[in-house]
Amino acid sequence: MSSILVLAGGLSHERDVSLRSGRRVAEALRGTGLDVLERDVDASLLGMLRTEAPSCVVPMLHGETGEDGAIREVLELLDVPYVGAPPASCRTAFDKPVAKAVAERAGILTPASVCLPAETFRELGAADVMAALVSRLGLPLMVKPAKSGSALGCSVVHTAEELPSAMVNAFAYGEVALLERFIDGLEVAVPVIDDGSGPRALPAVAIEPDGGVYDYTARYTAGSTEFSVPAPLSVELTEEVARVALLAHEALGLRDVSRSDLIVDAEGRVWFLEVNVAPGFTETSTVPLSIQAAGLDLGKVCASLVHAAVTRGRN
Amino acid sequence: MLDAVMDNIPPPAVTGSHTRLDSYVDRYAARTAGMTASEIRALFAVASRPEVVSLAGGMPNISGLPLDVVGAAIGDLIATNGPVALQYGSGQGDPKLRDQICDVMRLEGIEAHPDDVVVTIGSQQAVDLVTRIFCDPGDVVLCEAPSYVGALGVFKSFQCDVVHIGMDAHGLVPEALDQAIRAVKRAGKTIKFLYTIPNFHNPAGVTLAPERRPEILRICRDHDILVLEDNPYGLLGFDREPIRALRADEAEGVIYLGSFSKTFSPGMRVGWALAPHAVREKLVLAQESATLCPPSFSQMAVSAYLSAHDWQGQIKQMREMYRERRDAMMQALEDFMPAACAWNKPEGGFFVWVSLPPGIDAKAMLPRAVTARVAYVPGTAFFADGFGSGSMRLSFCYPTPERIREGVRRLAGVLESEMELRATFGATSPTHELDLRSGYNSPGTDLG
Repeated sequence: MSSILVLAGGLSHERDVSLRSGRRVAEALRGTGLDVLERDVDASLLGMLRTEAPSCVVPMLHGETGEDGAIREVLELLDVPYVGAPPASCRTAFDKPVAKAVAERAGILTPASVCLPAETFRELGAADVMAALVSRLGLPLMVKPAKSGSALGCSVVHTAEELPSAMVNAFAYGEVALLERFIDGLEVAVPVIDDGSGPRALPAVAIEPDGGVYDYTARYTAGSTEFSVPAPLSVELTEEVARVALLAHEALGLRDVSRSDLIVDAEGRVWFLEVNVAPGFTETSTVPLSIQAAGLDLGKVCASLVHAAVTRGRN
Repeated sequence: MLDAVMDNIPPPAVTGSHTRLDSYVDRYAARTAGMTASEIRALFAVASRPEVVSLAGGMPNISGLPLDVVGAAIGDLIATNGPVALQYGSGQGDPKLRDQICDVMRLEGIEAHPDDVVVTIGSQQAVDLVTRIFCDPGDVVLCEAPSYVGALGVFKSFQCDVVHIGMDAHGLVPEALDQAIRAVKRAGKTIKFLYTIPNFHNPAGVTLAPERRPEILRICRDHDILVLEDNPYGLLGFDREPIRALRADEAEGVIYLGSFSKTFSPGMRVGWALAPHAVREKLVLAQESATLCPPSFSQMAVSAYLSAHDWQGQIKQMREMYRERRDAMMQALEDFMPAACAWNKPEGGFFVWVSLPPGIDAKAMLPRAVTARVAYVPGTAFFADGFGSGSMRLSFCYPTPERIREGVRRLAGVLESEMELRATFGATSPTHELDLRSGYNSPGTDLG
């Protein structure tokens, strides 16, 4: 059997995170005895795919190209099996407002939100639009780029005066911003994996960052966030977050692996924030934590996903 | 093989745990408090890709080095003196190299004895050693505003309080220095030294005017303040002979730091400190405590290069190469940048300091720049107190003139978009207001 190719790096703002995720997944796969190559995405990739003909590609690319379906579209063109969701599902999932809409149609609760491009603020006057946004969504609210990961460009806005800077920060990462009613509660991440025998939710990971905000620093500085796995939820809520993550995974047409980011509020309601089609596998990421808490071996889980992708390719 | 590991995933056997993913999280020293992941550092990972024109890094351009000469010198070193080159050496550094270092410093008017030179692992380690032997937590180090990010990191790691002193187009402002010293003393704090980069400043690109040098030395002498003169770029002036070092006129009150990283090879990691006798003794002991000795091989390789090659001619070539790049950047800035930007024309070194239009936050704008495939260092990196977001450092040392022009063109487009966005939202960077309150200005504001 030819090698497995782990793709990591790329040109997205999350290149650094991707390189770390890629290294960890590659090492885990090697630990199962598989032959694994690692490489970046550049102009020589297609030639390499033709000459080396890897049996499967594991795209550990975060952010655009990796999660927006583009690289997977190319892999489809070349008939190269790969781990993860198909391009169209990635496009839907990576676009947070679209993913929220799909989730909502599937009956999942998601915070009230408004999605607007920068151009709208220019044309209609930012002050009036922002006033209307605050009036509709209330404060505090979350401002996010519509397409991004690792909390890059995200801000919690507590006062109307903070909103202009938060908008500029979000637009630094893309032309469209999502403003979302802030939900106070316990943040949980719920991975879903499917080795071919059907999707299953892994234990929810509760996330409690020291500073109260799970931003880039809290995500990637070991020690700055307390993780509890399984999340300290009642049996009913544990089942509910798993149900929501599975429902989101299926409603969005995802495959192999995903991670849903949810909030459980004080009334026990589960709110869907977003889903990741190439979730982080770094040393501080939640999916490996959940896998470990489930009593599973990271390498074997990754290998099972590769196996599922290879089997799918044969069919 | 694959099938052999393909056990179907068993049902989760959930085991509970609380973790911070760092078993030592409660045991780190207080000085590690700021050692965290940052979005800005992550963005620089993208800058390493060839698609991105990086005007961020200060990597010396060593493309013109005579690798055949270097290779032959190193080969000869190993053949003739391998057992010494590959062995531990003196904590103070190789005597022959220290002698040659004195020849290098003579170009800047310094008459020194090799016994007063301590070889270090780059001048970066010299900053570390000097801080180590002088500074207790809470001691004050005076630095220019802005200052070298690597030195600020050292001062922070030793828990020093950095007090920035204003600069203008002619470098450190003597009156500002005097006022700052008096203010710190009034506050009951202890100043351990003034850290200054007088020539072709990193990041500001300015050079301390000759007429200010005696004044700076007088002020420090009057207040009994030691001067730490960091001079890695001193021999890389474009239109002039090497400038007389502060140390050339003040032996007892100045510790001078030099480096071969910019004039030969940063990979060798060889720098030095020239210090008054008593300080030198402590530096040697601190060096031995930190590393036993600087690397013998690197020192002897540098020494062999200096002996075998016309190193002064090589530096002249480097100056020409950097001057061409400086000129390309000046022209591109002139051609492309929005009118409200201001910058200086460096007379040497690697860097240009650009002041941005009011309201622009260079740190917040960086993701947009990376998307446009250009990178720079936001001004905040060069302040210990969070100021500087209205400025950026551009380096012209590494990219070709064509790439520099393209990079500035992209940057100008990013700036235009950011200005439009800021105007739309009425969002302004608070740093400009803070600059005024602080009593010092980033240098670009009056360098136009």
